[in-house]
This record gives sequence, C-alpha cells and structure tokens, in this order.
Amino acid sequence: MTPRKRLMGVGAFTLATALVLSACGGGGSGDDDASGDNAAIVTVGSGEPQNPLIPTMTNEVYGGLVVRNIFAGLVRYDENGGIENEVAASIESEDNKVWNITLNEGWEFSDGTPVTAQSFVDGWNYGAYGPNGQNLSYFFTPIEGFEDVQLAEDQLNEDGTPKEGEVPKAETLSGLEVVSDTEFTVTLTQPESDFPVRLGYAAFFPVPESFNEDPEAFGENPIGNGPYTLANWEHDSVLELRPNESYAGGNTVENDGVDLLAYTQEDAAYNELLDGNLDIVINIPSSAFGTFEEQLGERAVNQPAAVIQVINVPEYNEKFSGEAGLLRRQAISMAIDREAITETVYHGARTPATDFTSPVINGWTEDLEGNEVLQYNPEEAKKLWDEAEEIEPWGDEPFYISSNADSDHQSWIDPTCNGIRDVLGIECEFDQYPVFDEFLDARDNETLPATAMFRGGWQADYPSMGNFLGPIYGTGAGSNDMNYSNEEFDAKLDEAAGAATPEEATELYKEAQTILLEDLPGIPLWYQNATGGHSEAVDNVAFGWDSDPILTQVTKSE
Amino acid sequence: MPENTRPNPRPGQEHFVAGPDVVQLQVIDSVDTSEAPSSMWRDAWNEMRRRPMFWVSAVMIVVVIIVSIIPGVFTTALPRSGCDLGNAFASPSGEHPFGTNQNGCDIYARTLFGARSSVLVGTLTTTFVVILGTAIGAIAGYYGGWLDTILSRLTDVFFAVPFVLAAIVILSLAEERTELTVAVVLAAFGWTSIARIARGSVLSVKNNEFVTAAKALGMGRFAIMVRHALPNAAAPIIVYATVALGTFIVAEATLTFLGIGLDPSTVSWGGDLSTGQSALRSNPEIMFYPAAALGFTVLGFILLGDVVRDALDPKARKR
Amino acid sequence: MLWYIGRRLIQVIPVFLGATLLLYALVFLRPGDPVAALGGERGLPEAVQAQIREQFHLNEPFIMQYFYFLKGVVTFDMGNDFTGQPVAETIANALPVTFQLAMMAIVIEAVLGIAFGLWAGMRKGKLFDSVVLVWSLLLISVPTFVTGLLLQIIVGVQLDWLPVTAGRDPNFYSLLLPSIVLAATSFAYVLRLTRTSVFENITADFVRTARAKGLSRALVTRRHVLRNSLIPVVTFIGVDLGNLMTGSIVTEGIFNINGVGGTLFEAIQRGENTTVVALSTVLVIVYIGANLLVDLLYAVLDPRIRYA
Repeated sequence: MTPRKRLMGVGAFTLATALVLSACGGGGSGDDDASGDNAAIVTVGSGEPQNPLIPTMTNEVYGGLVVRNIFAGLVRYDENGGIENEVAASIESEDNKVWNITLNEGWEFSDGTPVTAQSFVDGWNYGAYGPNGQNLSYFFTPIEGFEDVQLAEDQLNEDGTPKEGEVPKAETLSGLEVVSDTEFTVTLTQPESDFPVRLGYAAFFPVPESFNEDPEAFGENPIGNGPYTLANWEHDSVLELRPNESYAGGNTVENDGVDLLAYTQEDAAYNELLDGNLDIVINIPSSAFGTFEEQLGERAVNQPAAVIQVINVPEYNEKFSGEAGLLRRQAISMAIDREAITETVYHGARTPATDFTSPVINGWTEDLEGNEVLQYNPEEAKKLWDEAEEIEPWGDEPFYISSNADSDHQSWIDPTCNGIRDVLGIECEFDQYPVFDEFLDARDNETLPATAMFRGGWQADYPSMGNFLGPIYGTGAGSNDMNYSNEEFDAKLDEAAGAATPEEATELYKEAQTILLEDLPGIPLWYQNATGGHSEAVDNVAFGWDSDPILTQVTKSE
Repeated sequence: MPENTRPNPRPGQEHFVAGPDVVQLQVIDSVDTSEAPSSMWRDAWNEMRRRPMFWVSAVMIVVVIIVSIIPGVFTTALPRSGCDLGNAFASPSGEHPFGTNQNGCDIYARTLFGARSSVLVGTLTTTFVVILGTAIGAIAGYYGGWLDTILSRLTDVFFAVPFVLAAIVILSLAEERTELTVAVVLAAFGWTSIARIARGSVLSVKNNEFVTAAKALGMGRFAIMVRHALPNAAAPIIVYATVALGTFIVAEATLTFLGIGLDPSTVSWGGDLSTGQSALRSNPEIMFYPAAALGFTVLGFILLGDVVRDALDPKARKR
Repeated sequence: MLWYIGRRLIQVIPVFLGATLLLYALVFLRPGDPVAALGGERGLPEAVQAQIREQFHLNEPFIMQYFYFLKGVVTFDMGNDFTGQPVAETIANALPVTFQLAMMAIVIEAVLGIAFGLWAGMRKGKLFDSVVLVWSLLLISVPTFVTGLLLQIIVGVQLDWLPVTAGRDPNFYSLLLPSIVLAATSFAYVLRLTRTSVFENITADFVRTARAKGLSRALVTRRHVLRNSLIPVVTFIGVDLGNLMTGSIVTEGIFNINGVGGTLFEAIQRGENTTVVALSTVLVIVYIGANLLVDLLYAVLDPRIRYA
C-alpha cells in the first residue's frame, strides 16, 4: 500500500461516517414536511420547558406559554390585562376574605372528564402541599390552612431537609371547601381585593382526576381544558399544540394548531423569521433592536409589557442609609439618562420608568407625585451628591452595580456607569457574576461590595399593581432582597388589599408608591417592552399584557 | 610511529590510497580554533538580521509595544470618560478619527488603550503555554516509555476538563482578574495542544541521523534533546504559538462575554469585540478597529515567527 | 502492536478517574448555589430547595458525591437532572449531532488546510502565500460569534443558499454552514502548520535525492514532502477533535444545534453537576481514542517511529 492510499483511506472513512450520520439525522425531515402540508400550523420560536408541565410547577416563560394555552382558569385575561370570567360563572365576596366561586356547566377536560369544583381544589391542594415541592406554592399562602400543609420547623433537620417519616399536619387547605360540583368557597387569612385577578394565573388552573393518580406522568403528557391540547412533545425540539375540541371558553381558535419550536438563542430564531421559516418570534435579539422595526415594518411588535427593571438599594448598607444615603440614592437616580439609554442602547425596546409598576397595569400613570426623582437632571444630581458629601464623605471606593453577567447586562451598565462617572465625578463599575446563581448567592448572603447596588427585575404574574409592590417592597416579603421596611407603606398595602373596589385599591397603591419614591428602596430604570415579530404568512398577531403572543387568534394564510 | 606499522607497499602500489599530503583533507576539515565558537543562536541572529522581513515584523511589534506602554501620547481622548450617548455610532471625524461606539466613546482612544491588556494577555499566555507545553511534550516524546505514558495521560486529564467550567470556577474565586490571572487560567488549560504537538514533533526527529550521531559521540540524552532534538522540532511549535497568540486575545473576548474576563474597568480589544456584538446588525463597523488592531499584532508575530524558524533551520539558509 | 493498543486502552481507567475527580473538584468549588437559582429572581420555597438538595446529594461531602457518581457509572444509571430528564438521554440526544458536526469540520479543515498549506509552502513568499496569510489573519482576528452570525445572515437569509439553522433537522446540508464556521479557526492552524512543514521538507536531503533520482515533482511532493510534513498536522487535528466537540458552544448556539457544547455550557451555568461530569467523561473517551489513533498514524507516516 502506498502512503497516499493509506491517507485516502482515512479521509474516506471520516467522510463516510459523516454521511452515514447525516442520513440518520435526515430521517426526521420527512415528518416535518408532512406537517407543513397540513396548512395552517403556526410556528413559534420558543424554548424547552424547564419543569414538568404541571400548572403549579411552571414558573418560567417557555413552560408558561404551553400551560397557559392548554389549560383554562376561572378567569382569563384579555389583551390589555382586563379579566373576564372563563370557567367561573361568578366570583363573589362581601369582605374580600371569603370568596364564593360558582362554575359554568359543560366544561370538560380533553380526556372527556368534567371540570368540577373538585378539579380546582385538587390542583390547588397539590400545589400548596409542602412535600410536593411545587414552584408556585407561594401563591397559596393567603389561603387559610397554608401553614398546616407545610412541614413545621421542628420537623426539619438543621440543613433544612425533612426528618425521616415526617409529614405536615394536614394534607389539604382548610380554606378550600367544595359545596357542589359547580361551587366552592375559598377562605383567605386576610382581605385581598385583587384575589379574582390572580385566578387567571397558572397556579390556579384545574387538574383532571387522572392527575392525582400519577402527577409525574401527567407532567410529560398534561391533559387540560384549554383551547389547545399538547399533541406531541419532542424534548429540546418541538411542542405541538392542536385545537381542543372540548374547549368551552371565550377564545376561538382560528388556526389548525401551533408548533412551539425550541431555540436556544434569539438571534437564531430571528434569522429564521427573516428567512420565512418561522411565523412568530417572541423576543427580538438585542443585536436587532436597531433594525427590526425597519426590517419587519408592520410585522414588528414593540409595546410596553408588565416587566420593570430596577437598581435595588440594600438597606443594610451604611453608604446608602441615613440622610446622606437618601441624598445619594436620589443623586444616582437623577444621574441616569433613561431617555438616552432606552433610545440608544435599546433603540426603543425599553420605555423609561416613571413609577414602580408598568404601563400595562390598570391605574398606571406617568404623573405620579414625586416621580421627578426619576428624571435625568445632572445639575440637581451633582448638587444632591455634594450635599451628601458635606454630611459624610463617600471615600475612594467606586460605586458598583452588581449583576449576573450571563445575559447581556453590560450593555446598559456601561452607559449607566459612564453617566454616573461624568455627572457625579465618582468611579462607577460593573460588579459582575458569571452565573446567575452566584449573583443570587452574593445578594442573599449580603456579600456584595459595601458600595454596591444590585440589579433587580420583576415580571408580573397577574395584572395588578399590588403584584408589583407587596412581593418586593413589603416588610419581610419573599423578593424583598433589600430588607426594606416601612410601616407606613405596609399599612397602605393592607388598606389597598381590603379596599371595597378596584378603583379605590388603585388610589391606595398610588399613595403607597409615593412613599417608595421618597424612600427609593429601588431605583426604577425602565419598562421592558414586549418585542416580537411575525412572518407574512400569518395575520392577527397580537401580544398580550404578559408579553406572550395570543396564539388562538392567529390566522395563517396558505 | 604510524610509518612503521604499515606494511611496506609493493612496487607500483605506493599510491593506492591517496595520502593526506595529496588530497589536502586537513585543509577541508580544519577548524579555525582561534575564532570564538559560533553558537546556534548566534548563527540564527546573524541570519535573521540580514532579512528585511525581520525588520518589518520587528517594527510592527515595537509599534504595538510602544502603544501598549504609553497610549496617552497618541490621543487626547480617554477611553472611559467623555462618552456622549447622544453621539453614539458617530462616523469618523476630526474629533473621533475612528468614530464612536455604542456608548458614544471614542473608538480610537479605546483601541489604543486596549492594546496593553490584550497584548499582555496574548503574550503572557503564549509564553506560559510554550514553556509548559514544550517541556512536557518534549520530555514525553524524547524519553518515551513510562515517562511518556504518565505525561501523556496527564495531558489527557487536563484536556478533559471543559475550559469554560475551569475558567468560571477559577476566575470567580480569584480576588481580582488581572491580565496575569486571566493568562494563568488560559494557560493552565491551554497547554495541552502544544504539548501534543511538541511530543509529535520530537518523536519525528528523535530518530534522525544527527541525533544518532550525537548519541554515538557520547552526548547525554538531556543535552541531545535540548541541543539537537528541540531546535529541529521547533517549527510547528513556533507556528502554533504565533497563531495561538491571536486566538488567546480573542479568547479573552469570550471570557468577557461570560463575565469572567478582565475586570470591567479594564479596556481591551477582546472586551470591545464582545460588547460590540449587540450592534452587529446595525453598526458592525465599530468592531472593525479592535479586530484590525488584533490582526495587525498577530501579523507581526506570525512574520517574526517565520523569520525565526527560517533562521533556526540551517537548510533554509542555503537558499 | 496489539499489545500496545491494549495497554493504551487499560490506561483509560486512571485517566477516567483522574479527570472525573478533577471535574468533581471544580464542580464542587463552583461558586453559587444552583438550587437557589431554579426559581429565577423570586427563588423557591426553602422546603423545596432542601428537597432538591437531598435528592441530588448536594448536601453531602465532596467525596460522597463523587462516590455516588462512580456508582452511577458502574450501574449504568446516571440519574436525572434538575428538570427530571434522564442524563443518559440528554447525552444520547446531544452526542450524534455534535459528532457529525465535528467530523464535517475536521474534514473541511483537513482537506482545505492541507491543500492550501501545501500550495503556500511550495510557493513560499509568492503572491499566493501572502493572500493565504491575510485570509488566515482574518479568521484568527474575527471571533466566531461574528463570523458565524454574519455567515448565517448572508448565506442563510440573504442569499438563501443554505438552511439558516440546523436544530430541527440536522443533516449534511443544514450542518454545512455551521461546520464551516466551526472549522474556520482550526483551518488557520492546519494551513500554517502544513505550510511551514512543507517548506521545511522540500529543502531536506531526501527530497533532493528523490528529485535527483529523476522522480517527477508531483510524485516527490505527494510521497516525500507531504507525508513527512504531516506529523504536526495530524497531531493538531487529533487534538482538535476534542476541541471541536466542546468548543462548539458558540457555533451550536448560533445555528440552534442541540449538541454537546451547548448542553455542557448550559449544564455548567445551571450547576447540573451530573450532566457536566457525565458528558465530560464521554469526551475523555473520545480524546483518548483520537490520541491513540494519532499515535498509530505516526508509525504510518514515519516508519522510524515504532511502538512495542
């Protein structure tokens, strides 16, 4: 054998391997073409759900999109975040504390079993029961008996794991009571005026009887009562939603189904849209912020959403506390040119913040009392900073903005810091953490630098002002990572929760926000817009208040 | 007395073998012992400085080094202040010779000030991997046997660790992320390729005639490896190292993108390439300058590497 | 020879133990608490977190975690990841497409790199050599995330020559663009290594002898120059196979390929220790195989190299 032939042999081998493998991979393409011929299947760029598809387990966007389309709750949200009854015939309460819920007749799950009061109570009990470890269990905290379905302190080991054989005191929530097949009551521990608004959220969806037998299997093959059914789930590739014949709610399905395709990068999905291979993208990549509205024209979506970005102020940090600390907070807030950053860096894909909530929430206003502290005002900022310097000098340490670095936060922190550096004459740096959980770790264990504020973001679960305030700024609240505490503010929240009408509640929430603007426990930056786009093949694409496209009404020509 | 040991030649055969007086071999083989012995490196230097390409590459590298040391001399603008968001993505003008970037900062100043960190990361990492990789690879290849087994398998172990994981762990634990720490981490998991290349190269020269000759002359094994095997195996190492220099500078961009690059206050080409990504569709030109500066630096080192290799190769000199 | 191969295969065991121990140490030292991050900004209830930690043995010491891992390897049961997906399934999904991608990239970089390198080496200092130098500079200086995205937009979207992504339907055609992007930097290495080796060898004595014997230039090039020039190139390509399989994070992301690089990177970010170590273990085997192949090729390329 000559050397040349030996070499050829090697080359031929590798090439052959590559070809054989490609032949295997190509096998799937036949199916895709077949489904493409089925005409009106809308393709949407999404991602792989991170949890089993159990309503009370789904706390992230990709799984959320599936669950919201294959289940129907007591109420549903319209495009603007208003609520309409869906499975519920009525949701009533005299005192905002004991709620009486009646259901419409004729609802069925896609397996033919009826949707009853028990279906809801089963789902909620499962979600609340501590040992089930459901991600959304905190939604049930206001319901009476929540404490009893959790393991008590003395049932846990020192490291937080349950002791061998220990179970919670009760298996079900005492606040849930089934009256008949179509009626049940919910008793809360305290008045919550926006309770009905919450009931359209995934945590409150019903589950069929088959769920109770094997929740794990259900997570792979969920059976719901929503406008679609999950016909097929190929992991890391596609979730196929098909119209549910037995759906009895108010959304009419205008297409033959939706394929949610898994993409790991927004750029890839966007390029597929440009190439006409994908009908809808849910997120425009930051590299295309400047060009997508021009490239897509009418087919571009760019609207405010229920997401706000803030810089949170750790209350435990001396540099930011006291009189000087408050002046510094105000100075930093006024040194950030929100207009310029949202225009230049985000090309309008963010909207400068004027409060702590979001423009898509009922009652939002841009004229909140005291919100001039959120306006760019370099002279005033410098003046306030100098006043603070006189009370107590800042020192040589740079001011830090702490954040995880794994999802492009540098692009706004750089210009924000440039501004602070120029306006206030202090050093400003990005304190970065390579992975998200490392950032959380530093934040929660209070090991951030002594001169750092940290990034925070909040997406509303349900369209209510209260959802933007209580969970974040309430004393001891779950996401109050700043340790902020103001009795007056807490009292306002309680008052709003017990308000007789939603309008009254909104007024009280606004007053509560005025307190926040005075204290600045967080510095609101901007509202994150819902950005998306669609191909020429589809019409009637609208994005809801929750930044997700409303899939049922999309029509596909072809 | 040699004359006496030789048997008397028969008549007519006196000149069967030409005597030394006839062929003058001494003259051909004579060594001028009065002149200082010329070392391999000295020869190489003499060879190198006669080549114009050496001077071209030297000037390029010197320019890069000068800019790295005193960037402020060449511009009045600063890389991190005076940035005007309202003037982002400006076209080149008198005030901003290269225009401005996505934050309205002067690209010319950032390119000059970015040189120091990028060049430091590139050269330090390259130096580390060349020393570590060549030592391990050459010993494994030259000595063979169990030493080869141990060193090669050690290389495999290091090769198996995903670089991103190692970088995230080590750089997160580092107090500060200077050029040195980044270079050490890049090198700690980047030496394996060069070790295998050095090993392969030494393997291929260790059976050459000149090595056998050196052995026959009684030279020690280590001395042969250093004096004869390595210089002749150097070409692939030099070539790999000069290309790697560029990829290390780019690797810093990847690290920056992951949030584990140099401290954010440091200006570097890698950092600018990484942050410039977000403007790739609308204003790709802002990435041109850091990439071009990087290309210029790599070109300088590649050309120099070429000349050094030629100079080390006695065969090439004859041409 | 068989004895040599057998001995090399036995050496897999210490390498496996060493590599996994090192990996576990790194994974253990990784800062942050992956369980706390599962709930996003809001975090999970404490009890839920504790339960997950217990399930994945995260509350146990380093050596115990390593022991559980070894047990999993021996019993062929790697367990599930945080989302409940079996780790073995994740790996089985990711490996074939990455392997195909890496093989295509290797073929591209080897064929083109050696061809251009040979040509440039034989015409050192001529125009072609300089053009090739500029091209390789371009490939070195521009990061993959730029070349990848630009090629995707130009070739995939604007010219419409090749599929934009390869995620749903990875075949030869759709993987062509990603493999070109993946091969780009390595191509520069192969090219420059070949060029220098070739140039070094055309001046060698044995080539002159062969030419003096009257052999044709083409035959000498193929049989003597190229063959003797390939050792560093073959070494690099062998090493590169490993690099391409893990180093394709960026390329896989751009072209939406659900392969090893992306899976590994995501697992590292999310702190999915089992997936990280299990996937790396598979890669160790690939490296060792590739290295063995390279060592055997040495003997083919240079008869003076012998293994006993």
